[in-house]
Amino acid sequence: MATTLPAPDTAPRPHLLRPDSTNCPGCAMSVGLQWLDEALGAATPTLVVPACCAAVTPGAFPASAYSVPTVATTFASAAAVATGIARVRELNGEADPTICWAGDGGTYDIGLATLSAAAERNEDVLYICYDNEIYGNTGGQRSSATPRGAKTSTTPRGKVEAKKDIMAIMAAHRLPYAATLSLAHRDDFLRKIRLALGMTGFRFLLMLSPCPAGWKSDPAESVELVRLAVACGLFPLYEVFDGERYRVNARPDGTPLDDYLRRQGRFRTVAPSMDELRAQVDREWARLDELARVFPATD
Amino acid sequence: MTRAVVTGNQAAGHALVAAGEANRAARGCGGGGYPITPQTEIIENVMAARFSKGNFTAVESEHSAMAVCIGTSLAGARSFTASSSNGLLYMTENVFAAGLARLPIVMAVANRTVGPPWNIWADHGDSLALRDAPWLQLYCDSHQDLVDTILLAFRVAEDPRVLLPVMVTEDGFLLSHTSMVVDLPPQDLVDAYLPPLDLALRMRADHPRTYGQIMSPRETQRHREEIQAAMERVPEVLEEAGAEFAHVFGRRPRGAFEAEHTADADTVLIAAGTTVSTLRRVVEERRSAGEKIGFVQLKLFRPFLRDELAQAIGAARRVAVLDRDHSSGSGGIMWNEIATSLRERPDVLLQGYIVGLGGGEVDPPLIDLVLDDFAGRERSQAPIFFPRLVT
Repeated sequence: MATTLPAPDTAPRPHLLRPDSTNCPGCAMSVGLQWLDEALGAATPTLVVPACCAAVTPGAFPASAYSVPTVATTFASAAAVATGIARVRELNGEADPTICWAGDGGTYDIGLATLSAAAERNEDVLYICYDNEIYGNTGGQRSSATPRGAKTSTTPRGKVEAKKDIMAIMAAHRLPYAATLSLAHRDDFLRKIRLALGMTGFRFLLMLSPCPAGWKSDPAESVELVRLAVACGLFPLYEVFDGERYRVNARPDGTPLDDYLRRQGRFRTVAPSMDELRAQVDREWARLDELARVFPATD
Repeated sequence: MTRAVVTGNQAAGHALVAAGEANRAARGCGGGGYPITPQTEIIENVMAARFSKGNFTAVESEHSAMAVCIGTSLAGARSFTASSSNGLLYMTENVFAAGLARLPIVMAVANRTVGPPWNIWADHGDSLALRDAPWLQLYCDSHQDLVDTILLAFRVAEDPRVLLPVMVTEDGFLLSHTSMVVDLPPQDLVDAYLPPLDLALRMRADHPRTYGQIMSPRETQRHREEIQAAMERVPEVLEEAGAEFAHVFGRRPRGAFEAEHTADADTVLIAAGTTVSTLRRVVEERRSAGEKIGFVQLKLFRPFLRDELAQAIGAARRVAVLDRDHSSGSGGIMWNEIATSLRERPDVLLQGYIVGLGGGEVDPPLIDLVLDDFAGRERSQAPIFFPRLVT
């Protein structure tokens, strides 16, 4: 009862994200997938997607908006399923990359132990977190990636706690490469993905991913919001090599924090104290600058 | 054959490693492992193996152990692991996911009581809690049974008519940590029995598919019906796999049910796991004394073959089930299945007993107590716990 398969498809790989995905208008994750496709060139990745918006992106069986082999895993399992796939590919001399494409819930929260373990084992996996700072798929609940002050359906009076520093956690694993990705810095974005694709071992990329539905923002402004987040200093663009050597890619340019915050309904009801937030951002930058000064990347 | 004195865990480890090695000409083998008493030595044996083409991963949890198995199997390699008790429950989500994905993973289970309160001894409640997952379940009563059943499990799991994962269980400590003489099949025979795995629907770049995406209610129902149909094909596949096993290894593995002395029996006892070994001794003694008594080893619990079970008891009018498990508010889990199987036999007096919970001793005197109790009953009642502690 062998299953008969059609002849192998030898045509050039179609775009990773085909038309008719179910993503919302203005979803930054869609742009991220398009740029990931561009960075990949001819390589055909295997995508490993835990429960998150990207598991819904392909639409309903049997059609799929993903043109590459993709598996939707249970919520906390992406890095472990990717481990199994990557190890079998290595056994069989297959060079194409195994890529986790995961939201912040599956990365910062429920999947953190799995992610940490895969990083500690230095599995040959590229892990990309599209961070929309919210459980977007379930309608917008807080995650540990949600920034202080943001209103979500489970923080109706604004989140009290600060956003978890996932980059510091990943760097503490001394993994080969970790970097932040900005959709407003295309060259930097593509360079980092290509650099990561050229490495082996566990690599972690964090992409700020505006969610118009959850952030109560204009779908047309998603990329602009990322530009503002980088410009005001809230989302530092940097790289960490071997968890030890730091390089800052873009510095804040004096753009007021409020330029970023006031474009989002999630900060409108309970605006965070600008003075406190400014002080927090300045402290983070002082720490990052000091790391880059004492442990500079010359890679 | 290599005859060796080994523990149940060593026996299971040997079988898993040999099965993995047998796939070296194909895409190799792998999986994830995590320690938990009493199965830990199985994982240690697998980690110590030097596979020609294999790669086993020590992970941070059972949940991830099964996730690695899922990735390994999706990528087309032979995959396996082992677990027990709370480890199985922690793994549960991915146990279901592996079955729903139709991945032929084999998992050895050293049955252990679920806690806390902590108890590391034998109890079938852990794997039976997963009875509704799309997995086959086979319960072994001896070391040889364990080795044979693990090899058989790969053959059945990977058959295109089945393509479902299989749990093969041993009673914690009673088998896992005791030693017996076992025929450990050499690699060339295992190679002959387990052909290279070629999963037609594995992940591959030239046939990109999306696995596990959203499915409509209609597609979901179709999916479940296909799993049910695959389960219903298990008996024929199991029989073929058993015949081929006998051809390659020169001995017949145990089937779905092993009935002994049931042909003329008035009374039949049914049990799984090592309780069966004790039943065998008690039944032999009682038959020597002239009693018409027999027993059935319940080997295959999923799929549950209702008609075959009804046939296995023969013409017996009195049937007692000895469960080493407890479904709160219901009774014995195996008793429940057997009661359903005998629904068209109102002439049968069926009584459930719950014995050996938490690793309690199930020795011949306990079986005698059960039989004495049963002999005096004219009507069945709710499952009875033995020994009687609550008065």
